[in-house]
Amino acid sequence: MEHINYMTLPWHDWLPIVFLGLMGLSALIYVVLDGFDLGIGILSPLVKRDDRDLMIASIGPFWDANETWLVLAVGLLLVAFPTAHGAVLGALYLPTTAMLIGLILRGVAFEFRIKGPSKQRAFWDSSFFAGSLIATVSQGYMLGYYILGLPTGWTAFVFASLVALGVTSAYVLIGSCWLVAKSENALQRTALRWAKKSVLGIAATMALISAATPLASERIFNIWFVWPNLMWLMPIPLLAVFITWKLFQVLNTATREINAKDAETAAFVEVVETNQAKLRDQSQCAFDGARCWVPFSLTATLFVLAFIGLAYSFFPFVVPESLTIWEAAASRDSLAIILVGTCITLPMIVGYSIFAYKVFGGKATKLSY
Amino acid sequence: MEALLLARIQFAANISFHILFPTITIALGWVLLYFRIRANRSNDSGWIQAYQFWVKVFALSFAMGVVSGIVMSFQFGTNWPGFMETVGNIAGPLLGYEVLTAFFLEAGFLGIMLFGATRVSQRIHTLATFLVAFGTTLSAFWILVLNSWMHTPAGFEMRDGVAYATDWMAIIFNPSLPYRLTHTLIASALTTAFLLAGISALRWLWNDKTPGIRKSLKTGILIAAIAAPTQMFVGDLHGLNTLEHQPAKIAAMEGNWETQSHVPLLLFAIPDEETRTNKFEIGIPSGASLILKHSPSGVVPGLNDFVTADGDVQHPPVKPLFFAFRIMVGIGVLMILVSWWTAPQVWRNNEPKRLNAMVLVAMTFSGWVATLAGWYVTEIGRQPWLVTGVLDTASAVAPHPAGLLGVSLATYLLVYAALLAAYIGTLFHLAKKTTKQAERELDPGQFKGAVAGALS
Ligand code: HDD
Ligand code: HEM
Ligand code: HEM
Repeated sequence: MEHINYMTLPWHDWLPIVFLGLMGLSALIYVVLDGFDLGIGILSPLVKRDDRDLMIASIGPFWDANETWLVLAVGLLLVAFPTAHGAVLGALYLPTTAMLIGLILRGVAFEFRIKGPSKQRAFWDSSFFAGSLIATVSQGYMLGYYILGLPTGWTAFVFASLVALGVTSAYVLIGSCWLVAKSENALQRTALRWAKKSVLGIAATMALISAATPLASERIFNIWFVWPNLMWLMPIPLLAVFITWKLFQVLNTATREINAKDAETAAFVEVVETNQAKLRDQSQCAFDGARCWVPFSLTATLFVLAFIGLAYSFFPFVVPESLTIWEAAASRDSLAIILVGTCITLPMIVGYSIFAYKVFGGKATKLSY
Repeated sequence: MEALLLARIQFAANISFHILFPTITIALGWVLLYFRIRANRSNDSGWIQAYQFWVKVFALSFAMGVVSGIVMSFQFGTNWPGFMETVGNIAGPLLGYEVLTAFFLEAGFLGIMLFGATRVSQRIHTLATFLVAFGTTLSAFWILVLNSWMHTPAGFEMRDGVAYATDWMAIIFNPSLPYRLTHTLIASALTTAFLLAGISALRWLWNDKTPGIRKSLKTGILIAAIAAPTQMFVGDLHGLNTLEHQPAKIAAMEGNWETQSHVPLLLFAIPDEETRTNKFEIGIPSGASLILKHSPSGVVPGLNDFVTADGDVQHPPVKPLFFAFRIMVGIGVLMILVSWWTAPQVWRNNEPKRLNAMVLVAMTFSGWVATLAGWYVTEIGRQPWLVTGVLDTASAVAPHPAGLLGVSLATYLLVYAALLAAYIGTLFHLAKKTTKQAERELDPGQFKGAVAGALS
């Protein structure tokens, strides 16, 4: 790849870069937002029915809008880089199909498990779980292949499977953190436990993936481990390690505080057995308010770091090692037309999405029409 | 060739499954807004009951529409790469605007519309309902712009085999858009109207006479009685427009082989492409000439004009078009008859007769059948072109191995069949459950029992 002089790049050659940025932004928003609701789906069989209802209620008003970011990301790939869309999704035909089937199975389960006959409920609950897992695993698997530049063969398969594992633990982590923020009492404590376990899971898979990358892709190795890139890039893994450590600490503190509160309450119960209402007040919300969003925010930051690292390894290719964004881009006039619409609508979309999240802010409660 | 056939079947299966649900949500969104506004303005509990029941149907249909729509958005790239490579400069912005202006609007406010009634003010909730209904209609607009452009392309030029936009207004308001948009939106209104009437009639037959039932039934019949004749009128205009731009399609719909005057309107026939004649013709003399040219001696184009000198067939397959068209128009006529027969009774007696109710139940899903038949006429009628005169279907297909396509197609078909059964089952289950609840609330004996139970 010869050097590109950005100072002299004509404006219409900036358009593909802008679109790459927009596409990346929607993909990033997608993995954070749908990441947490897919994670909730994967965790859902681990609890009893009431807690499961609450978990699903915590994502009920959001999942559809969250998935729309995927439609936008894929849509931008389709409209801005049509040849790349065909090349990437064509090469990943089977995992794409698996992901779509997974998204179907879980999307409809939200409705059927509540509205269908009660004897079918267990079936739709498992469809919700299986669909979430299938979608997550296929996304990770596709990412793995994409990182390598869509090759075939065993090394690629093993590498892609590792990435699938990594993405699954990442979604489980962000799902647990979402639940830490949206739940209370016993469920919150369970969520904290899940979160801690998945931090360890991620740390382990990240180590494996980092070790495997140089073996699986010489190109990525040469991008990452060559001077002076190493110096520019070093802050990313360092920051990631720091945040992971911080996250683990926050989760631990929260668990300790809740346990202490519980012990206090238990002691309190022995002294005053009568005043039920007051008792509840005491035991609730040991970890709430803005504080309970800290684990989620830290995890989201981890996602951003991973994303920056990946983006750096690809640019300016849309199909790694074969198609650059300039080669793949649609006609500049058509891109300009979409850009105008994007600049007008994207701020509005972000605005009303925030509004929707605000409306359903606070701890999750049962949903009703 | 085999791969092409499988890819076509897969596309047709996916879009056919998808369109079932938008057809309901587009119009049902507006009906819910109407229920909501009536409920705001009066203290008649019927409007609230109607809203509460149908909002559930809406949520269910919407979820089905979303998941199958996501599949659609991937299909263009996975199965039809040639499509975007050739006309991507035009299709791209249209699809992009659909996502940006419509999908996010629907999805963003759906949560508030469904679950937010107790969390926001009544005004905001009504506004959310409006925005969802508006969003579904807007998304229909954009996708139909694209689809109509594929039928009657305009406002572009070809350079090196790739289409470039020259005039966006001409692209968006291409010649068939006004007709296709109106016809499809009315199709949605009719499908929803008969669903409303059918399910309500069923619950009425189950002896559920709560105010909500009467409101839903009346609303359904009223929409049907107005929309059905309008649809026939619009369909006629649509056909005249098609005659101008895609005469081969009309020739196939009419089963007319030779360009001639005094063409009969065939009520029944079996077109045969081998012998290029019709068997068992029953028709109204000069009928087609009258409808299409407004004169019995009007000359109607025939299929034989679309065969080249060396025998290359350039018109769409005749049989599917001929029959699908008759199914659609047949149901359209039936819809007019049924709605006009039932409307006066429902207005006079505030409830249907038993027989009317039974007919309405039988017609519950008739809108689906007509809509699918209509789309099959339109889409098969465009063959062998994908974009009329610009790109043929065979050149756009992806070179996937047939085995791969076979596996994915079989999986989709299996999942879709199961989901369709679950959807219809759940619809009836919801109706039954709501009716039972109504009985429990209305039965004074049980009510007293419940009170006594609560007090003891
Ligand atoms: C006449 C109307 C119509 C037609 C012909 C189509 N759609 Fe559709 N689509 C809708 C009307 C609609 C809708 C009413 O807007 C839906 C249904 C339920 C919903 O959520 O929105 C929808 C949903 C929907 C979604 C999910 C949006 C979301 O996340 O909210 C996608 C990605 C698509 N569609 C894509 C397509 C594609 C690629 C089509 C063509 C090949 C297509 N649709 C045909
Ligand atoms: C919504 C209702 C629709 C239905 C029921 C429908 C149905 C069909 C059917 C049955 C075919 C197959 C024709 C044949 O191969 O003989 C077809 C083809 C096609 N349609 Fe549609 N269609 C719909 C809307 C659309 C829209 C909105 C678009 C594009 C924006 C579209 C794009 C295509 C394409 C690309 C093909 C070619 C692939 C093929 O031949 O199967 N369709 N459609
Ligand atoms: C009653 C008389 C009707 C007439 C004369 C009529 C006419 C037509 C014609 C000529 C077309 C083909 C347009 C083209 O592509 O060239 C069409 C398509 C279609 N029809 Fe009808 N139609 C009627 C009733 C209905 C009914 C009752 C429904 C549904 C409830 C319906 C739904 C559709 C749909 C969804 C399409 C495909 C989209 C489009 O091209 O508009 N039609 N109709």
